[in-house]
Amino acid sequence: MGSIKLEVVTPQRRILTEDVEGVTAPGAEGYLGVLPRHAPLITFLKPGVVYYRKAGNKTERMAVSGGFMEAGPSKVIILADMAELSSEIDVEKARQAIKRAEEYLRERPKGFDLAWAEEELNKNTARLKAAAVD
Amino acid sequence: MSSIREIKRRIRAIKNIQHVTGAMKMVAAAKLRRAQGRLWAARPYAQKTAEVAGRLALAPSARMLPLAASREVKKRVYVLIAGDRGLAGAYNANVIHLAEDCLARGEQPASLIVVGRKGLQFFRRRSVEILKYYLEIGDEPDLSLAREIARYLMGIFLEERADEVSLIYSRFYSALRQVPQAEKLLPLSPPPAETSLEIDYIYEPEPIKVLEAILPRYCETRVYQALLEAKASELSSRMVAMDAAAKNSGEVIEKLTLSFNKARQSAITTELLEVASGAEALKAQG
Repeated sequence: MGSIKLEVVTPQRRILTEDVEGVTAPGAEGYLGVLPRHAPLITFLKPGVVYYRKAGNKTERMAVSGGFMEAGPSKVIILADMAELSSEIDVEKARQAIKRAEEYLRERPKGFDLAWAEEELNKNTARLKAAAVD
Repeated sequence: MSSIREIKRRIRAIKNIQHVTGAMKMVAAAKLRRAQGRLWAARPYAQKTAEVAGRLALAPSARMLPLAASREVKKRVYVLIAGDRGLAGAYNANVIHLAEDCLARGEQPASLIVVGRKGLQFFRRRSVEILKYYLEIGDEPDLSLAREIARYLMGIFLEERADEVSLIYSRFYSALRQVPQAEKLLPLSPPPAETSLEIDYIYEPEPIKVLEAILPRYCETRVYQALLEAKASELSSRMVAMDAAAKNSGEVIEKLTLSFNKARQSAITTELLEVASGAEALKAQG
């Protein structure tokens, strides 16, 4: 079954470099799975959860938002604005951020920024989903 | 010859300088380590973004994108990244001089965007148009600032208030080597991909849309990278300058101590002579 190298980097740092059996990521046109020997592909990522499985281990999760993924036969590179491993996610903080964003969407104060609020909402929903709590 | 007390006072003053410069050196060294860490950490992302953008830019349709399209240059804009504080050796002077050279070069009118107080202080009194400035960057330039600057730059470029935008900053090679340099930012031209053999990529959505989304990110990354490079250069310049200052003050203290000892010795000799000659005089009288 071979393996594929998964690299996740954000502007601040390298999050992960690992040999995995497969990756599933939230692409621009829906979730897509990448297995070893995948055809070269470049896609945007929507805020969501990336699933990956190390050989013989159970599937792990990671929250990502804003970025793109380049997949090749032996390598998957994810460039994201935000990427957090499920173990690193601060659930309480994400919950509060969602609450704030929802309030913001309801109140629509002066200088209302819809794109920002939606991004905030999606990003933190992805965080919660990756941390596997709801 | 200055009096003994005066020399003593100077020695004390210079010892204070030595303490302060020594402490500044240690602080700069500690901050440099962190700045360098951030710089290394940010490089993979910058490289990958450039790589992907470079590959996409090979497509002929890429030239049509407004951010990548070059046009006749009627107005140039330079972004000068300098420090907020002095006492960093030649760091600020170096980038400022390069900026002056760049402004003077070429026929077309040029204006400036300044990051860092030292740059602003220098150019404020000169006849250069400063479009915008950013002060108090702190020791950890963050991504949101880079984004703000990049968006502003892309804005003026797209509105044709600038036909060419370049970054002027000091590139960090090592603690002892930083080179000020000017590089073109807009129109964006990512370095062409190294592999000449064309790999057929599947794009989701179509390539031009992907490129459209990647280019602004690539621009932000370039600005962020420049800010990080500049900060690491500033801190290492300061560290080296303060180290030299501490060493120099050690030398001055040595010299002053020598003249202090000489002065003391000659004072003692004079006193002894006086005592001896006084005794002689008394003996002669008696």
